[in-house]
Parts: sequence; structure tokens; C-alpha cells
Amino acid sequence: MNKTITTIRSEIAGGTLTARAAAESAVNAAEKLNDELNAFLEIDRAGALKRAELIDENIRASETPALAGVPIAIKDNICVRGLQTSCGSRILGPYQPPYNATAIDRLIDAGAVIIGKTNCDEFAMGSSNENSAFGPVKNPWDTSRVPGGSSGGSAAAVAAGIVPVALGSDTGGSVRQPASLCGVIGVKPTYGRVSRYGLVAFGSSLDQIGVFAQDALGAAAVLQVIAGRDKHDATTAEVPVPDYAAEAGKNIDGLRLGVSRALLGEGVDQDVRDAIEKAIDDYRGLGAEIVDIDLPHAKNAIAVYYIIATAEASSNLARYDGVRYGFRAEDAPALRDMYRKTRDQGFGPEVKRRIMLGTYVLSAGYYDAYYLKAQKVRTLIKNDFATAFEKCDAVLTPTSPSPAFRFGEKVDDPLAMYLSDIYTVTANLAGVPGISVPCGLSSEGLPIGLQLLGPYWSEGTLFRLAHAYQQAHPLNAQPKIHA
Amino acid sequence: MPISESDIEKIAQLAHLEITDEERRMFAPQIAEIVTYVEQLNEIDTSAVDPALGGLTPEGERTETSRLDEVQTSVGQKVALDQAPDAAHGHFRVPKVLG
Repeated sequence: MNKTITTIRSEIAGGTLTARAAAESAVNAAEKLNDELNAFLEIDRAGALKRAELIDENIRASETPALAGVPIAIKDNICVRGLQTSCGSRILGPYQPPYNATAIDRLIDAGAVIIGKTNCDEFAMGSSNENSAFGPVKNPWDTSRVPGGSSGGSAAAVAAGIVPVALGSDTGGSVRQPASLCGVIGVKPTYGRVSRYGLVAFGSSLDQIGVFAQDALGAAAVLQVIAGRDKHDATTAEVPVPDYAAEAGKNIDGLRLGVSRALLGEGVDQDVRDAIEKAIDDYRGLGAEIVDIDLPHAKNAIAVYYIIATAEASSNLARYDGVRYGFRAEDAPALRDMYRKTRDQGFGPEVKRRIMLGTYVLSAGYYDAYYLKAQKVRTLIKNDFATAFEKCDAVLTPTSPSPAFRFGEKVDDPLAMYLSDIYTVTANLAGVPGISVPCGLSSEGLPIGLQLLGPYWSEGTLFRLAHAYQQAHPLNAQPKIHA
Repeated sequence: MPISESDIEKIAQLAHLEITDEERRMFAPQIAEIVTYVEQLNEIDTSAVDPALGGLTPEGERTETSRLDEVQTSVGQKVALDQAPDAAHGHFRVPKVLG
């Protein structure tokens, strides 16, 4: 299934492809490649084929909704009724949610075929997938390297051509960073654009469901379906959803791209810097105007993020107590022992580290010094973007300071791992949308991504910039592991 | 800020986590390093800055989220208990609460 959504839709409409054939090919590829990639935690062959057959019947009755017959993979922290939701953790045990996330209901209504649940860092906490309780996902370009995280399974599934699109979640870069490391498109929408009902909560003021796709138009087609107000999520905003495909098709003549030179200095891999410089020239060649901007507090974003995200996580993850669902530790004679043993045995080290850090920054006497301080600097980061967007339509940065790194390289140094999110966390803190677009290969043949960040609700402009880039400068390379 | 192994133990208790001696030894320097790193924020003057609490976007803040107080169906007792590690007679069963 190495086809874009556009191709699948036209073949299905033209009768040369059936939804069943598309689903079968995706499921076959997922099963065949899972030994090498470990991208899927559950593959739903029977459910996907049954669903696809139903869609084929509807198509014969001349009902062809927007995503009819499009196979899609879903990160395992988004609830799909009848399938597992593990969040890459042991603490959820064999949990099967009794309901669909709103984004899932909308995908199903639009005719998409869910083929399985993808592997991820435990509770979406990680930048390398090494924190999954079920073993890491491998990068299809080089299986000795990480796919990025936390939505590594979804990124790898799209990169390897198993599915044309997948859902992930992005709290600090968990869609954009793996998209960059795997050479695919990854979108984090504006805070409030997509309902989080049915997305397992990590950092509630940061979390957004995002989309992976082989091309910008595929990502636009999926966001079109899942975006919009949902009464089950009070943080979704009453803002009309534009026609993203129409937006993506416009030329980018005269659009202003902001570049901060300070963000291209120290700590950026030379290959990444070269690729971004080339991308800036490419955009200039496509008619965009490049303007200098400054995000003076971006350098503080990791510090702000790891206070706010861990504080929110320590509160959100308090619900895993072994009472209502999931795993419960044996041999605990009293309730409090049961809670503590369950959480000790159920959570992995990174989740414990973050729960403890969050508990610490919220504890008596420290709230003002850490949490409140971080929320004030967050205001400064929001203000930086507001000022930058007076001068430009989008900001261009690298997505990640380096291409995919090797397994084990950063695993013993949590701070070094956190710093790999340096370019992505600002968007979550400010609530603005972002997209990662493949923009070349490193000297070792690994994909590099550029990131575009726009004002609130400017996803259409981001798709426009991404589509124009992909049309003019396609990656023209394929990972070693491919369907 | 130095964080000792006994601080780690206290935080773990607050977070309902039982951690091993090995984890305590690993977490103490790691969390101390992260806390030292985040203390860079103290160098920024925020005396005239409001915290970013509430909705992130103006449109989100303006969105009406209240609804009529109407009775709606719930998932029901069977479904609610289906996933419980230990359910009995329509309840969640837990170990004894008082030691």
C-alpha cells in the first residue's frame, strides 16, 4: 500500500481498487513488517476486512464519503471500541475502551478503515520510543536507530508504506519529531482544533491529536474530517473548519516566512543546518519572502515545558490505581499498599520520573517557584509568537536538532533526551499549529524535517506551504524497510 | 537545588509510588539535574507578567461550553465494571481500607 490518499480515492471511485483490497494490502504489510519494525501493538485483520467490505457495499449504493476505504493506523493512546488501548504501558493491562474517541467516530463516519493500534512511548512520554513497555519501534530507514517519539509506531507505519495516514498525539512534539525522523508529514493542529475526547490525557493544556501522512494533501484530508467543535471536549473551539485541500492548492507567492538565526546556531547538527538553509533558499525560489524574526524565550521552552507537562501528568496519571480497570498488583494486604505496588509494577522508569518531577513542582512550598513561574514564562513565549506573526505568515525552524539517533544513545540521560524536543515544545506551550515536512537526507541517508509554525487556526496556510514544498522538492527516496 | 534520596522517597509517597532502592539512587541525581536546569527560569523577570492559565486561544476562551442540565444515559453498571481487576456484586472490590 504505497499509495497516497488522493490515489486511493481516485482508484476506489474509478472502480480499479476496492476498500477490501486496500485494507487487505495494508494489513498484510503491517503483519509482514511487524517483526522488523514493531510498529503495531494490535493488528485488526478481521475487523478491518469486515469494515472494508461494508464500505464496498455502500460504494456500490453510490455512497462515497471523504475517506472511503482509506486504511489508517491509530496510536495506542486513542480509544477505539473493541481494540486495546495500552498507551504503551503495562498498567492498563488488557484494557479495551467501551467507547470511541470523537476523532475515531468521525474517521469511521468518513469511511476510513482502522487496521490497528500503533506502538508508542509509555503514556506518550518520550522522544525515541525506547519507553514503550512492549519494546521500541524501529526506524524503517535504519533499524539500529530510533523512529522518534512518542508516536513512533504511527510514523514508522506511514514511512514504511503500510498505511497512507495515521493518527498520533502531540504534547511536546510527539507527532512532528517522529515525522521528521521517519521522513513523513506530521501535523499538530491548534489547541482546540481537534477533540481530545477518547485521547488518554497526558498534559491537558498541551495535548492535541495530530496526523501523519505521506503527503500534505493526505494530512489535510484527515484533519478536515477530525477537526471541529465537540461537545464532549470543552476545550474544542467554535471556529469554522476551512477547506484544507483548497487552501493547500494555492500558490505560496508572497507568503512571508520568519526565520530566527538564533535558533540555527549551537547544538544543531551540521547536516540539519545545511538542509534548513537549503530549504530557506528553496522557499525563496518558490516565491516566499524570508524575514528575520526573533523568539527570545524559545531557549527557555524546555524548562517551562518540563515543569508544566510533568505537573499535569502527575495529576492526570493519578487515576491509574488498579481499581476500575487495567493491572492490579497481587499480594497487597491494604488499599494504600495496593495503589503503591500497582503503580510501581505498572509504570516504567520515565513515567515514574515525570510523575515524581510533577509531584515535586506542585508540592507545598514549591508551586510559586516552579509551576507559577513556568506559566508566566509561557505567557512570554506566547507573546514572542504573537510578535513574530505580525511580521510573517509562518515561522520556519528545523523540527529536530539531529536526524534519527541510535538506540541507547540518550537513554541514560533524561535531560539530553528532553533537549531533542527543543524546536517542537514551543508550539504546544503557545497553542499554535505546526507541521513537519521532509526536506532532505543527511550524509548517512537519514531523513531531515523542516518545521513550520503558524498563528492560531492557520493549518490551511501550513498545508499550502508544505504542499508547495513537496511538489517542488519531493524526497525521492524510500526507507530500506518498505511494503 | 540538591535533591536527596530521602526527598525522592517523600515525593514517591506523595505520588503513591513504591520505588526500589535502586530507583531511588537513579532518580535522585537525575531529578536534581532536571530541577537545576529548570531553575534557569529564575533569571527571567516575570514580575509584570500574568501566568498563561485558562484557554490558550481567544476563540477557545469565547466558546460557550455550558449545556442544559438534562438527564442522559450512562454506560451502565455492567460495562463500567467489565474492565475492573476485581468486581463483585455490582461493586469494585479493593483490599481493606483501614490497616
